[in-house]
Amino acid sequence: MGKFILDGQEIGFKPGQTIIEAAKEVGVEIPHFCWHPSLSVSGNCRVCLVEVEKMPKLAIACATQASEGMVVHTESTRALSARQAVMEFLLINHPLDCPICDEAGECKLQDYTFSHSVGESRFTEEKQHKEKRVPLGPHVMFDGDRCISCSRCIRFCDEIAGESELTFVNRGDRVTIQTFPGKELKNPYSLCVTDICPVGALTNRDFRFKARVWDMSNTASVCPGCARGCNIDVWVRSNEILRLTPRQNDEVNSYWMCDEGRLNTWKHVNAGDRVDCPHIRRDEGLSKATWDEIYSKASAELHSFSSGEIAFIGSATSTVEDNHLLSKLASHLHCKNIDFPRHIVPGSGDKILRREDKTPNAAGALAAGISPVKDGLGFEEIMVAIKSHKIKALVVVEEDIAAMDEKYVSALKQLQLLVVLASNFNATTELAHIVIPAATWTEKNGVFINFEGRAQRIRPAVATEQMDRSLDGFSMSRLDKFGTKFDRWGNYKKYDARPAWRIFLDLGHLLGLKAKFELAEDVWEDFTKHSPGFHGITYDDLGETGLTVKKELHKV
Amino acid sequence: MAVKKRMKDFTLMEKIYLPSIVAGLGITLQNMFKPKYTMEYPEVKFMPSGHYRGRPVLVQEEDGGERCVACGLCSRVCPALAIDIQAAETEKEKERYPERFEINMLRCIFCGLCEEVCPEEAIVMSKEYEIAFTNRQDAIYGKDKLLTPIADLQERIEFLRGNK
Ligand code: SF4
Ligand code: SF4
Ligand code: SF4
Ligand code: SF4
Ligand code: FES
Repeated sequence: MGKFILDGQEIGFKPGQTIIEAAKEVGVEIPHFCWHPSLSVSGNCRVCLVEVEKMPKLAIACATQASEGMVVHTESTRALSARQAVMEFLLINHPLDCPICDEAGECKLQDYTFSHSVGESRFTEEKQHKEKRVPLGPHVMFDGDRCISCSRCIRFCDEIAGESELTFVNRGDRVTIQTFPGKELKNPYSLCVTDICPVGALTNRDFRFKARVWDMSNTASVCPGCARGCNIDVWVRSNEILRLTPRQNDEVNSYWMCDEGRLNTWKHVNAGDRVDCPHIRRDEGLSKATWDEIYSKASAELHSFSSGEIAFIGSATSTVEDNHLLSKLASHLHCKNIDFPRHIVPGSGDKILRREDKTPNAAGALAAGISPVKDGLGFEEIMVAIKSHKIKALVVVEEDIAAMDEKYVSALKQLQLLVVLASNFNATTELAHIVIPAATWTEKNGVFINFEGRAQRIRPAVATEQMDRSLDGFSMSRLDKFGTKFDRWGNYKKYDARPAWRIFLDLGHLLGLKAKFELAEDVWEDFTKHSPGFHGITYDDLGETGLTVKKELHKV
Repeated sequence: MAVKKRMKDFTLMEKIYLPSIVAGLGITLQNMFKPKYTMEYPEVKFMPSGHYRGRPVLVQEEDGGERCVACGLCSRVCPALAIDIQAAETEKEKERYPERFEINMLRCIFCGLCEEVCPEEAIVMSKEYEIAFTNRQDAIYGKDKLLTPIADLQERIEFLRGNK
């Protein structure tokens, strides 16, 4: 490791590191637009110009390798005036679009204009106009005026997504971004370009204009779209999810996430078909009931079957905590028939992030003991045994079994008792005798374990009826902090749903299960006590980015 | 500092009060013949000039549309969190408009910061000061109550431009 001097301070660098990289490691941010830690260096924006002693001209920090004894100034008069000049050039043709631009509030150009520019323009001529509102693909909208030609989006497609779809056309001040003829920007990761575009030239069509970034709260969580478990932020305003963005985790997803996960994993949370309170089947169909009613009915009915007549179906979309209590309940009832359905979609994976297993927690479900006990029945066998009337009562957690296969529908119809925990009404709740509203992944604490055995936490971003954003330690926006129930934006919809682990705990108590947990964290602690490989790992240990637990333990 | 007199220190003249009452009535009599500064409100209405900060309203363009682009700056700057906006896309050139724009008049403190921050000159303080309601819901003014034809706001807009 060599050493060089940055603004009078000696810092170390690894051979081959550029000045900007070495500075970043010690927490100094040299302004940059085109440089991105995960992309190749293109060196075209010039805002990273720094003064290096004994070099005739200023050098760009993103492409200049650090070398022994180098003396670098980022705040000298020459460096500052060069940076201000670059900012002035970049702003010559940049429109005054901030009021209508979604990027405002998280825009690098805005931030740097504030911190590194003189704040006055000497340019009085007409600005260059380009095409605005151009859909580049199904998910991304392009605004030519705002583009500062940094080429990050092009390099992302070429280098990360592996599909060259974007290119520069024209020259000079007329240069703009286009898709190659006959192509669209529609690789499975296309929306990542909206994250890395330093300005508002590329915007997410699904989120466009929905909210100002400063009005939303963001909560660190994990995408439930597949077994990768990309780290994400959940953005919420008025208790409603508006978008997901990837959160950097070099061990899992780097800076990226796929479009499928970004767009399709949360729409059901605010959908009209949410199960908003417990339901019981009466003569005229499903009707509303109280929690006490369904708990006592479900426990009384489960009690009337022998353990061999009952089966439990857990889920790899539920948390470790949910599955842990399900398996506790099953073993309390001496029931051996417990399993969860797999959701493997062959061909849907790739070498980048996406996995063929479309569930976030298959490893966690297994670790929590959701697999048939000796002589017990597995998922398919349970379904067959229902047909042959050997299994008469079934408890299903957050799985829409009826929608998975036609043949399961006729099986489910044979059941004498079908208890379904679901967040939304679906084909399975249609057949259920008791429907218990389950909190979604955005409404509870818990842990997912991904295909590599990495345990990562999810956190509540949306409050259910039993929760309060401030008392339950939610991430809070300004509106959350100062809103009252008399403000329309403070008086939002909360669903009457509970996390599956709490439902099993309450149900278990009525069936004689002796267990006492207040929080998801307590359930996790109990799980770690009983699971080799997890001993002593706490929520705090998992932190924001998770922890990889012994790999060989979790072959799915 | 004048020492406050206590009852036991009063002179006879002060103790019998009458002279003071007569003096007071004299002042009343004088004022009966001076010009009046009060107003017979509400029979007579107060007509403020352009500088007055009445309730904030939205500028409605001649084509009937709102000038506001739903940038949310007024809502952000509002110290009382009175403004709630939902933006949406429009086919017009300006790309976005407020699908919902609400000012909670129970929160508003008539500070005028919304007007000052607006990049579009789309929200201005009107001359309207008669604001009354009987429940909390009625206090939330939507676009129906806020949109005001630009012609009626000329005086204020000129005042603002003159004081930039
Ligand atoms: S669209 Fe954005 S990311 Fe792409 S070149 Fe322009 S400014 Fe850079
Ligand atoms: S790759 Fe998987 S975990 Fe990552 S964003 Fe896509 S669906 Fe979500
Ligand atoms: S006048 Fe002041 S308090 Fe009233 S809406 Fe505008 S910014 Fe808010
Ligand atoms: S500041 Fe002006 S343009 Fe922006 S939302 Fe408020 S009224 Fe509309
Ligand atoms: S960041 Fe170095 S030239 Fe753009």
